[in-house]
This record gives sequence, C-alpha cells and structure tokens, in this order.
Amino acid sequence: MAVSKLALVASSGKSCKILLGLRLLAFSATLSAAIVMGLNKETKTFVVGKVGNTPVKATFTAEFQHTPAFVFFVVANAMVSFHNLLMIALQIFGGKMEFTGFRLLSVAILDMLNVSLVSAAANAAAFMAEVGKNGNKHARWNKICDRFTTYCDHGAGALIAAFAGVIFMVIISAVTISRLVQPNKCCSTAASPSVAP
Amino acid sequence: MVKLTKRIGGFVLRLAAFAAALAALIVMVTSRERASFFAVSLEAKYTDMAAFKYFVIANAVVSVYSFLVLFLPHESLLWKFVVVLDLVMTMLLTSSLSAALAVAQVGKKGNANAGWLPICGQVPKFCDQITGALIAGFIALVLYVFLLLYSLHSVVDPFLLQKS
Repeated sequence: MAVSKLALVASSGKSCKILLGLRLLAFSATLSAAIVMGLNKETKTFVVGKVGNTPVKATFTAEFQHTPAFVFFVVANAMVSFHNLLMIALQIFGGKMEFTGFRLLSVAILDMLNVSLVSAAANAAAFMAEVGKNGNKHARWNKICDRFTTYCDHGAGALIAAFAGVIFMVIISAVTISRLVQPNKCCSTAASPSVAP
Repeated sequence: MVKLTKRIGGFVLRLAAFAAALAALIVMVTSRERASFFAVSLEAKYTDMAAFKYFVIANAVVSVYSFLVLFLPHESLLWKFVVVLDLVMTMLLTSSLSAALAVAQVGKKGNANAGWLPICGQVPKFCDQITGALIAGFIALVLYVFLLLYSLHSVVDPFLLQKS
C-alpha cells in the first residue's frame, strides 16, 4: 500500500520529487543537529590545587543543558524536523487531498515560521559557541574549548548541520511561496483558478 | 477606498518597523559605560561582543531597506521582489535578536558551570540600554512579521479571492 503511494509520488511532476528530496534533506539535517547537540556531554578531571604534596582533583562536566542557547537549539531543531516530517507524510500520503487556497497558504506560512525558528536557534548557538571558543577579554570570560575539545567539536558539527538545515529550509520556503503564485500540478488535484495579482 | 486604506495601512506598518529598527540600532550604538573597581577601569561598549555587532549591522540593513521600500511606487513591478526581501529581512531580524539575547542572558545571569561572572552588576546602565535595544529589536521583528503577511496578501492574493 505504501509502496503504491510512493510510486504515485514518484510518477508525478519533477518539482514534486525535488521538493520531497529537499524536505528529506532538511529533515535529516535538523534532526541530526538536534541529536548531536542533545547527546553532547563531556566529563573531565582537572588538577585544581595541591594540598601538601598530593594534587587535588575535581571533576567537571560540560553539558548542553548548562547553556540556555543550546537548549533552545535542541528544542527548535526538534520542532523543525517534526514539521518537515509532517510535510513529507502529507506529500506522500495525502495524494487525494485538494490543496485549495487556505491549505497552500498555511503550508507556506508554516514554512516561513520554521525558517525563522531554525535560523534564530542556529544563530544563538553559533554566537554562544563563539564566546565559548574565544572567550571574552572585556567581560573576563575564559574560553572553555581548550579544555573540553570533544564537546566543542561535537557542538561545531551540530552547528554545521543546523546551518545546512537553514539553507534547505530557505529554499523550501521559496518554492512553497512560489507555488502560491502559480499552483502547479504537484499535490493539487483540483484545478485551482490562476492568481491575478 | 478599501484599497487606499490597505495601502496606507501597509505604509504605516513599514514606517513603524523602520522606526523600531532605527531605534534599536541607535540605542545599542550609544550604549557605553565606564566602571572602575579595584583600580581597574573597564569600559563596556557594544563592540565587546560579536553578537551585539551583528545585531547593529542587521538592524542597520533592515532600516535602510525599509526606508527605501517606503518610496516604492505602488504600480512598480518590484513588489514581487519585496515579498522575498521581506522574508530575508525577517530572518535577519530573528537571527540577530536571538544571538544578542543569548549573549545578553549570559551577561546578566552569568554561567556558573563555565565560571563566567555576570557583568550587569558592574555596568547597570549599559545593561539597561542593551535591554532597551533588544526590546526595540523585538518590536521591529513583530512588525516585520505582520509586514510579511501583508506583502503576501497584497501581492500574491493567496486566498484566491479574485477568481479569473
């Protein structure tokens, strides 16, 4: 049953397949960003001082929950990947649904909202990571990347995935908005009247 | 008559968004405070943090763009381009506001796990001006979201109200 629906999607217009591929890419990018940042944790023991001759060690952990910007990053990327999953499911399993006026508009608005959301999350995490990597002399904030290198590397990977997700979401949003102007055969079985601006 | 009120509404909205972005820009650029403690004098200005510099640049771009679009004649063909650029400006505003907010939150509350002390205790006036600039940036963002919806509605006619 699902195979026949997939075949139906595959046989429809070329822009349908391109949009589906883009959504799959955006879904995987944001999901991997959320997962990599969500599992980001590093524990290290440092020598803090000396008592007599024996060094005193203390264990420090770097987790993503310590920074509110990273928590926002994980939550926002999870939300955007869920949105993309919904849209993919709609495109595959909603073949008979007629995409008339309000439904096209709601897809376009949701895409625009999610573009803003993921771009905000990626930027907040990027600037917090910059402070963590370079420190800030004026505020006397020490950098933490020289001690927790794995944490920083994983965070950088998650950031790259999130920015790739931003780019894909921008392209998807542009395609969806252009479909408002010219509703083509993709996902619209009813003949919608052409738009006259 | 209805068209005229819609056009005036769009114009007023864009003027308000321009004013808000310009206010955010000016308030952040003029925020500067010198504090001294323990014979060490530190001056806090907006260029200390990269996120604040990005906020200033993004709001400058948005202000200039809004000002230019205010003078666009109604019958011009560039209005379809304005829809795309409105989306780009909204994204710029969200990202810059979110970045500045993330860094300002660390400045206000500190980060105990990383050993970063909050700086708002030493430079309270600077912190207040940054807060004001962020609020103005947020107002500009909300106005730009409405502007984006307005541009979509007036240019694209997404409800397909005009049946051909």
